[in-house]
Amino acid sequence: MYLDICKKYAPDKDNLIYILHEIQDTHPQHYISEEAVQVVADYLKVPPNHIFGVLTFYTMYSTKPRGANIIRLCESPPCYIKGSDNILRKLKTILGVNTGETTKDGLFTLELCACLGVCGNAPVMMINNDVYGDLTEEKVEEIIERIARGNQ
Amino acid sequence: MSLKRIDLLICCGSGCVSAGALKIKERFHEVLAQQGLTNEINIIETGCMGPCDYGPVLVVYPEGTFYKAVTPQDVEEIVGEHFVKGRPVQRLMLREEEKVVAAQKEVPFYQKQVKVALANCGYIDPESLEEYIATGGYEALGKALTELDPQQTIEVVKRSGLRGRGGGGFPTHIKWQLVQEQKADEKFIVCNGDEGDPGAFMDRSLLEGDPHRILEGMMLAAYAIGANKGYFYIRAEYPLAIKRIRNAIQQAKTAGLMGQDIFGTAFNFEAEVRTGAGAFVCGEEMALIHSLEGQRGNPTPKPPYPATNGLWGKPTVVNNVETLANLPTIFIKGADWFSSMGTATSKGTKVFALTGDIRNTGLVEVPMGITLRELIFDVGGGMVGDHQFKAVQLGGPSGGCLTKEHLDVPVDYESLKARGAMMGSGGVIVMNEQKCMVNVAKFFMEFCVDESCGKCSPCRIGLKQMYDILARITAGEGTQDDIAELQRLGEAVSKLSLCGLGQSAPNPVLSTLRYFRDEYEAHIRDKACPTKVCPDLLHFMIDKSRCIGCSLCARKCPVTCISGSREDKYTIHQPDCIKCGNCQDVCPVKAIDRIPGMHADVLAHRAELTKNNEYED
Repeated sequence: MYLDICKKYAPDKDNLIYILHEIQDTHPQHYISEEAVQVVADYLKVPPNHIFGVLTFYTMYSTKPRGANIIRLCESPPCYIKGSDNILRKLKTILGVNTGETTKDGLFTLELCACLGVCGNAPVMMINNDVYGDLTEEKVEEIIERIARGNQ
Repeated sequence: MSLKRIDLLICCGSGCVSAGALKIKERFHEVLAQQGLTNEINIIETGCMGPCDYGPVLVVYPEGTFYKAVTPQDVEEIVGEHFVKGRPVQRLMLREEEKVVAAQKEVPFYQKQVKVALANCGYIDPESLEEYIATGGYEALGKALTELDPQQTIEVVKRSGLRGRGGGGFPTHIKWQLVQEQKADEKFIVCNGDEGDPGAFMDRSLLEGDPHRILEGMMLAAYAIGANKGYFYIRAEYPLAIKRIRNAIQQAKTAGLMGQDIFGTAFNFEAEVRTGAGAFVCGEEMALIHSLEGQRGNPTPKPPYPATNGLWGKPTVVNNVETLANLPTIFIKGADWFSSMGTATSKGTKVFALTGDIRNTGLVEVPMGITLRELIFDVGGGMVGDHQFKAVQLGGPSGGCLTKEHLDVPVDYESLKARGAMMGSGGVIVMNEQKCMVNVAKFFMEFCVDESCGKCSPCRIGLKQMYDILARITAGEGTQDDIAELQRLGEAVSKLSLCGLGQSAPNPVLSTLRYFRDEYEAHIRDKACPTKVCPDLLHFMIDKSRCIGCSLCARKCPVTCISGSREDKYTIHQPDCIKCGNCQDVCPVKAIDRIPGMHADVLAHRAELTKNNEYED
């Protein structure tokens, strides 16, 4: 399966970032396993440590299995000024996890990220590819509930 | 020919989308179909119109009616009243001092703005090549290719005085000239779409709102320097921007505006989109080039500069999105027109992202040299609520903050730099009097510690040391030497770091030390946070004269440190308090206050603990 993804790209080192993105996006647990790293290393003919170097440098990649929905709360200054720490506390309480952890039912992973570029509507979070702005504690509760219901 | 009598522009910038713009668009389609008006009304999805705070925003042409904060429930009324009966819906319009502002051009937010880079943003459909061409698109490229040689193209930019909009403010023509003079079989142009600082979102809005303009700007640059291949490096956090640029490239290819023999000349050009994977440092040009090559985005020492050894060792120009966005207009309206705006050293206009405690958050474009006061109070509408202006952070975590006394400083590269701030890519974070500057500095430092790539030690180790000191100060454990130590470390990190990130990361600390030293001193000497933000340096008190003894606070306290009765009223047992603030939130008569400084009981308790520890040792 990993090799099929690799083969969509020319075996050049500069395609590494895209191959990793696609492997992660298509994996049901949104992560890049050691096995995948080995396959990519063989395909691009580079040592696995080079791949790990790239993998761990960028914050969007994960080497650990993650939930079906990835919540990325912006931790940049404009969001902080508008109270993102309250939103973080609320998310932690609702989900019962700390940042970087996945809920027991495997539905959500809570992460922090750098600026999402929607600072006019701070505080902001992104769940998968959707952006939610002007967050309040009530709004967060509603959004999480709606997604959880949709996934059942 | 379209027979449509009304153009309905729906802002589909990320801000408005996050506020529900797409649902409104769907609802319009539904309602118009129900009423059989689909052939009369043209729905256009535009890029960011700027006033994100009013989102979702609509503009109805031909008269230019401006609607704000529209919900799907309002759609039927807009269609029925405005589109059918010709009576615009007043309650959805902006009100300024009881007066209804009907037209978009009358909205105060737009009054002092001059749109060059953002000219089409929020005005045309970003997915339509035809609409871009209708506004004069690709005319500049045609003109340059057919009438100017590459050197003359550079001369135009030189005369315009355009400087890089990404942060450094390096003159664009010098970058180009250096690469143009290189002899190489291949040269590259790279568009830096890895948004500079957090709090700035103009690159995103430009890429999403007017992708063809950026593409045209890139081709102008490519022609001038002799490159035949260009790369857009865009943050993976911006999926819509990536999609729009890919779409624009495809359309340009199909229309023959990209590829071989463009405009019947010998100029050939191809462009490609590459994405990052989440790393702030990749906005630095060498780091960006390494990331493009599929490696870790580590910066490397300069020289060699990208102009000689850039992407795959070839001469490369890296230009910011906004820089490229200015180019088409410079070629059409002329270099002299562009340089007539701005100050002696900073020409043209600059896009700013207004965020924080300001009324009109959003994206604005103003002539260089405008004062901070005009930018914040006239364009930005001043502070939210009854709050006072305290400070403004310019240039994100690498910039510095300025205070009330700097409000009349003109905004240009040199004036800001002289006062310890910087233009950066144009993030303007406005703060009110409730913000603790030590805490803000700590927050910025934490961000830079996280984002440091770890390659050079001043940045990797020095920033962490600075962060630890700040953390200690805000926890009430600061010592008298800390301020001098912060100053020393900050200066050392600025001087010794390898790339722009490290060189500018101490700025927030250094500038707050310069302008808010009294706050640092209060934290250290008095163990008090004057703005009542740092939890360790404040305490909660129940005012017995106002307390009604309802016991709600005691029941909500997570550490059960509040006790009392209806008769005796309630008190907080200070040493156990974790300062969560629940009691203050639930008190029905607002009898609980935050008081700056540690409570005497807490100080005594701490002293006791220290004594016991020494005894055990």
